Amino acid sequence: MENLNLILPEIFISIAIMLFLIIGVFKKKSSSLIYNLTTISLVILLAFVYNLNSISEISLFNESYKIDNLSNFMKIIMIASGIFVMLTSSKYLQISKINKIEYPVLVLCAILGMMVMISSNDLIVFYMGLELQSLALYVLASFNRDNLLSTESGLKYFILSALSSGLLLYGCSLVYGFAETTNFNEILINSNKTEYGLTFGIVFILVGLAFKISAVPFHMWAPDVYQGSPTSVTIFFAILPKIAALTVFIRFLYVPFANMSDQWQMIIIFLSIASMIFGAVAAIGQTNLKRLVAYSSIGHMGYALAGLSVGTNAGIQSSITYMTIYLVMNLAFFSCLFMLRRNEIYYEKIEDLSGLSKNHPILAFSLLVILFSLAGIPPLAGFFAKFYIFMAVVEQSMYFLAVIGLLSTVVAAFYYLRIIKIIYFDPEKEMYEKNHHIGLKLTLILSTIFIIGYFIYPSGLTEIISKINII
Amino acid sequence: MNFPILSSLILLPTIGALFIFFVRSSSEKYQASKYLSLFISIANFILSIYLWYIFDKNSVEFQFVENREWLLGFVDYKVGIDGISILFIILTTFITPICIISVNATIKKRLKDFLIAILLMETFMIGVFCSLDLIVFYLFFEAGLIPMFLIIGIWGGERRVYSAFKFFLYTLLGSVLMLIAIISIYWITGTTDVEKLYEIGIDSNYQNLLWLAFFSSFAVKTPMWPVHTWLPDAHVEAPTAGSVLLAAILLKMAGYGFIRFSLGLFPLASDYFVPLIYFLSLVAIIYTSLVALMQEDMKKLIAYSSVAHMGFVTLGIFTMTQQGIEGSIFQMISHGLVSAALFLCVGVVYERHHTRIINKYGGLVQIMPKYAIVFMVFTLGAIGLPGTSGFVGEFLILMGTFKKSFLVATIASLGVILGAAYMLWLYKRIIFGEIINNEIKSMIDLKKFEILILFSLVIPIIFFGFYPEPLINSIEVSVGNLLDIYNTNIQTNLAYKN
Repeated sequence: MENLNLILPEIFISIAIMLFLIIGVFKKKSSSLIYNLTTISLVILLAFVYNLNSISEISLFNESYKIDNLSNFMKIIMIASGIFVMLTSSKYLQISKINKIEYPVLVLCAILGMMVMISSNDLIVFYMGLELQSLALYVLASFNRDNLLSTESGLKYFILSALSSGLLLYGCSLVYGFAETTNFNEILINSNKTEYGLTFGIVFILVGLAFKISAVPFHMWAPDVYQGSPTSVTIFFAILPKIAALTVFIRFLYVPFANMSDQWQMIIIFLSIASMIFGAVAAIGQTNLKRLVAYSSIGHMGYALAGLSVGTNAGIQSSITYMTIYLVMNLAFFSCLFMLRRNEIYYEKIEDLSGLSKNHPILAFSLLVILFSLAGIPPLAGFFAKFYIFMAVVEQSMYFLAVIGLLSTVVAAFYYLRIIKIIYFDPEKEMYEKNHHIGLKLTLILSTIFIIGYFIYPSGLTEIISKINII
Repeated sequence: MNFPILSSLILLPTIGALFIFFVRSSSEKYQASKYLSLFISIANFILSIYLWYIFDKNSVEFQFVENREWLLGFVDYKVGIDGISILFIILTTFITPICIISVNATIKKRLKDFLIAILLMETFMIGVFCSLDLIVFYLFFEAGLIPMFLIIGIWGGERRVYSAFKFFLYTLLGSVLMLIAIISIYWITGTTDVEKLYEIGIDSNYQNLLWLAFFSSFAVKTPMWPVHTWLPDAHVEAPTAGSVLLAAILLKMAGYGFIRFSLGLFPLASDYFVPLIYFLSLVAIIYTSLVALMQEDMKKLIAYSSVAHMGFVTLGIFTMTQQGIEGSIFQMISHGLVSAALFLCVGVVYERHHTRIINKYGGLVQIMPKYAIVFMVFTLGAIGLPGTSGFVGEFLILMGTFKKSFLVATIASLGVILGAAYMLWLYKRIIFGEIINNEIKSMIDLKKFEILILFSLVIPIIFFGFYPEPLINSIEVSVGNLLDIYNTNIQTNLAYKN
């Protein structure tokens, strides 16, 4: 009998999901109650996961489920950002009239799926988590069902995601066929470099995963889905699934396929370079902020992949650091988006930011900090994120990747500067509303302080992440 | 542990900026934030003068070194100064209060934000001159882009957006290559500590590439021909205080970088690339002087003259002679004072007449005699007339250059003549001649605060022109030490080749 204490978080969240559904069915008008309960249960979940922090590595259920430093850290940052996402978006849901009971329950389902993904050590467990996550996300994307764009984005996401899941599944079956097992550790032992079938399997799996983190050339869905979904779902999309998918990326590359790095390294480098360049160039012409974030997140995933392509622990750690700082920046950015509200309407065009600095100096200042940080200008946190990546990349003498990456930061700086220009240099427009939900304010203040203050004590995060040694 | 005087020098303006940020913004309180920032910057100036006083001029070591663990396992926060950096620090702390006083007339909107930007800028500039670690240096070097971008973009002229973007992207593009080089240095040598790097040196195989990467950043910032085009745009659009900061200090970061890093870390590559630098410097001196002659906008003219003067600086640095390098440092300090003064002078008439086009002026000597006098001093300082600080720098540079190459020195000397031509012609057109329209008649002469800031610049320009000793004394040992490192490196390499 396995020690069920170790999967207490997963059990807890499953029970919570069922309980909330029951409450929702039997109690009328319980949506905000369930929303709040969900937030609270996420906090409890965080405590449960944090409790497992002392476990450095343990495998459960015939080694198909793994709890180690990587999974613990990723779960913690994922759940923590989940809490902040819930805090920021409560008011938005009310105003957009999509505060149904299903919303928080679906969020919990997605989080459960991601937790399974993060801990999975087996192809089947991994696929189960992935699908649980994806199905919840399809519904969430089209949650604002009276809105044409939202339903379109949900459908688009569903079709493309189903396609990529198909590819992924095909890849899994190939790997299973040639390695004769679904367990990651055993695949590592059984993998035979000369077997082309296995290589094909890897390629298909990587394609499926690249789709999930929207790396070029599998990024087509991202801009439409980001724009069409309700903003509260977009912020979710921009952060949580990326964390989970990146963890799975790390696991796949460095556990079952660790021996075949010469096969996958070129693919990852290509994905990384293409994403960095495309993300930087394509964002220039955007007028919608959510669409712009989609392109910028494509670029950012390129940097995270650059860290993965290196093939060292330092590279993986730099990737995780990047992801952590990226999620804080995104939280902050979306909090600002939630604040652009006037007469019950949310504004999301770039020109709506025009002259923001005049009427809302503090919001404008936060945006300034966030955007410079996203552009990677020191001394803000975004610079350090990139710095660690390039540190790892140059260590392995991959100068080509480093130069391309840094040059695309210059291109990317242009579109971030363009937003800053609109905020600071352009004439002002009407005021936005100034009273915001306390959770939203808190999120923005905390994340902005993190971004500005990161340089004072950068070792804190590094120390935690340096415990994650996969290789 | 001693009192961390350098860190407090760096942090004091930021603390001031924080205070101003939290002062509630109503129109009367602007006065409060202005006095606060003035007080902070003057306190910083006094602190830096005290630092100069207790600084040991005869020691080759870096002094007041602070070392703290920072980026785990990679980089320590390390600051310290030698005779070269101390001068630039004092220049920074001296120019900042002048900028703050000058906003009286020029900044009409959002004064509070402007003061915050200037104070942050001061932090970053002092940080650049103090840092003894490449990463820390890069951090300060790049961070300065943010406030400067905002200064040009928010308070600038008509084409401010274009200029601000051009400034930002040009500089960023140059700098990212330097970042790669810094990271590579870390992996080649295992450290980014400048002191240690001076000791162990960098493998000669890598030096050329690394030198080029650093060069790409410094050349943009200096600016050297042909990547100088951002400078005239930035200067023309920036508000007076912004132009002053840009010309007086930002450009000097690159010159300082050339001395401290290019020369100190890559002696062999520096030696190898001397012809390139000579060529680019000469083009800068002659070509931009000619361009300056033809300018119709006063600020543009001074901006091009800055490029020419910085051409002298780079020329002097890469002569690798005691005189050349000392001259370059002297020229940078002097140009910092003179160009700041010239931009302030342009600001004075612009504020009254609202144009910078030279043709719209004439005969100012009859209306504004005091202005004519101070402007004369600065013009002569820019030309490098004996008795002004400009002369000492140019003279030393040319002396150093003559030692190395007669031809280069001759061509560079021609630049001095061109410099005299465009500056005197500018002076003649603005100050002398007929009063061309009635609007000029209504212009008033210098106000009290303008006299204060302009005279505080006149004094050092003339003082150091007659008595350059204090500056030369302070840099002599450090420059000598730098050259010793350089020469030993060259000789060991020669011996190795033979």
